[in-house]
Amino acid sequence: MMAVGLGHYLALAAILFTLGVFGIFLNRKNVIVILMSVELMLLAVNINLVAFSAFRGNIEGQVFAMLVLTVAAAEAAIGLAILVVYFRNRGTIAVEDINAMKG
Amino acid sequence: MDLAVKLIVFLPLLAAAIAGLFCRVIGDRPAQFVTCAALLAAAVLSCWVFVRIGFGPADQKLVVVKLSTWIGSGTLDVDWALRIDTLTAVMLVVVTVVSSMVHVYSVGYMAEDASIPRFMAYLSLFTFFMLMLVTSDNLVQMFFGWEGVGLASYLLIGFWFDKPSANAAAIKAFLVNRVGDFGFALGIFAVWMLTGSVSFNEIFAKAGDFAKMNIQFLGMELNALTTCCLLLFVGAMGKSAQLGLHTWLPDAMEGPTPVSALIHAATMVTAGVFMVARLSPLFELSQTALAVVTLVGAATAFFAATVGLTQFDIKRVIAYSTCSQLGYMFFACGVGAYSAAMFHLMTHAFFKALLFLGAGSVIHCLHHEQDMRAMGGVREKAPQTFALMWVGTLALAGIGVPVILGHGLGFAGFYSKDIILEAAFGAHSTVGFVAFWLGILGAFMTAFYSARLMFMTFYGKYRGDHHTWDHAHESPPSMLIPLYVLGLGAVFAGIVAYNWFVGDSWQAFWGKSIAIASTKEILHHAHEVPLWVKVLPLVMALSGIALSYLYYVKSPDLPARTIAAFPSLHRFFFNKWFFDELYDRLFVRPSLALGKALWKKGDVAIIDGVGPDGIAAGTQGFSSVLSRFQSGYLYHYAFAMLVGVAGLVTYFLLAKG
Repeated sequence: MMAVGLGHYLALAAILFTLGVFGIFLNRKNVIVILMSVELMLLAVNINLVAFSAFRGNIEGQVFAMLVLTVAAAEAAIGLAILVVYFRNRGTIAVEDINAMKG
Repeated sequence: MDLAVKLIVFLPLLAAAIAGLFCRVIGDRPAQFVTCAALLAAAVLSCWVFVRIGFGPADQKLVVVKLSTWIGSGTLDVDWALRIDTLTAVMLVVVTVVSSMVHVYSVGYMAEDASIPRFMAYLSLFTFFMLMLVTSDNLVQMFFGWEGVGLASYLLIGFWFDKPSANAAAIKAFLVNRVGDFGFALGIFAVWMLTGSVSFNEIFAKAGDFAKMNIQFLGMELNALTTCCLLLFVGAMGKSAQLGLHTWLPDAMEGPTPVSALIHAATMVTAGVFMVARLSPLFELSQTALAVVTLVGAATAFFAATVGLTQFDIKRVIAYSTCSQLGYMFFACGVGAYSAAMFHLMTHAFFKALLFLGAGSVIHCLHHEQDMRAMGGVREKAPQTFALMWVGTLALAGIGVPVILGHGLGFAGFYSKDIILEAAFGAHSTVGFVAFWLGILGAFMTAFYSARLMFMTFYGKYRGDHHTWDHAHESPPSMLIPLYVLGLGAVFAGIVAYNWFVGDSWQAFWGKSIAIASTKEILHHAHEVPLWVKVLPLVMALSGIALSYLYYVKSPDLPARTIAAFPSLHRFFFNKWFFDELYDRLFVRPSLALGKALWKKGDVAIIDGVGPDGIAAGTQGFSSVLSRFQSGYLYHYAFAMLVGVAGLVTYFLLAKG
């Protein structure tokens, strides 16, 4: 049986990260998906941190992962709050309609 | 004397300033009063100065009043100075007397106009510039007056600025005069280049040294003095409406009639003649220039008379007659009879102002009707105007009995026109003979068209509408009194002044103000011409009037039959020899086309296209390309960031790795 090594973790993290990135770009529906994709990317980073921490026997990476989780939770809360307010103002959260920055 | 001269020149300016600047404060009546009073005072003073200078002792014939220095730059010294000699004194009297009469006349003529003070101010301003011109001591100051009268003429032709035709005429007068003025300015430069001075005294003293000098210009060898004189004469041609530069004068009749009388008949247009007489010591030295002056004058005298035969606008007939009479003055100058030219200038001022103001009186009477085809029988309604107009017409035609009482007896124009024709004959030169015969033909036509004017206007049945006829009336005293004064001049100016101007005492009278040598000779010859030369002008004038009587009173169908017999000749004369059309083709349209090409191609296409407009369009295009990157979608920005990061990472990996 093949042992699960560092490379597998990193590959998983890379796949997750790529999924998150494509989630952002290919998503034409709504902003919540973008938030979820960002979340996904953060998780990929976390896996990286934890994997490296375990691989090197160093606790600091896991501490960092805890920090990132906290920030991600806060970010998700703020992001959703903004979305709610945005929906109240504009009546939509469809990605196509959010282009106020158009030049 | 000094004070009197200063007052003569500056009273009109003062009056113009008061009437022009404070017109809203002081109102119509005071403006009329101030300007008329100033001009009458100037006229009285001028007569006094004239007597003092003209009949003073020989050593007091020239008074120079220096006012101040105008330009002192290197070797160029120009003073403001008033130079009074007999020539100037004659002009002072002519200008101020006619001008004051026109001022008084305008009170009546312009009574219903909305802007009387402006009109009076312009008239006075014109008089000031004219006086500045005739009293100038140097060419530059003369040019100042010259341009000033041009300005006043422009303002007054366009006085009724709501009439498009008046504006067009004013601009035309200004532009045509620019051509002449350009020549005049070049002449001044040339004189300064030769003599190093613009002051008359010094020019005349030095001119003799340059008589034989040649200058190089564009590979041509030109006589320096002839070039100067011809350039200066171009200026005189412009101002005095000589053939080629005459087209503005008939159109100038768009102005109010007093303006036509003062500026476009009696004074301003004679400035050219005055200039040639003033510069006679210069012209004397160039026979070529004098021949040109003679030919141009004679051609104008003939040309304008032929056009005058066919016109129907009462003022245009007199305008062409002015043009023609100015031609007489010029060819008199050309054959060397400067005193005769000045004599005709003086008598012409009186009878031509009389004719114009009389025509104004008719126009006033018929409620601004100017077409002679809609007149007729006006003598019933305006008997005094009628009588005075006859005086002016007879003076213009030159009616008088020659030979008796020494110099004959007749109206003012008789003396002056005859001495001019006799001088042309007595010159015994080819150009003199050409001028003489053209002048004789001109005299015939002058008599014909001026009598035609009288017959069409005052005789026969009225041909206009009856509403106007019922309201027709003789003019008020303010208009008739100037007519009487000018009528006196038209009758007596010749007989009184003959002896001093061109008779036995001419030398004592003129002093050194005109070229003596050739005048002496030419006047001598003029008095000794054969009898037929003295009688011929009268025969011509009488036959002209008789023919006119036949044509326009006896059998009124004759004109139409004559026109039918010579249709092309009539069309040629009636359209003023097609000068306007010719100039339109030659100058107006090409310059319009050139202007349009420069505007559309040069300015709009090249300068704007490459310059401001081009840069603006480029910026706009570039920024619209750039703005397409700003889609506003967040994920686009995120993608760009990611690609950037990926790119950077790749770069560092490959570069370091």
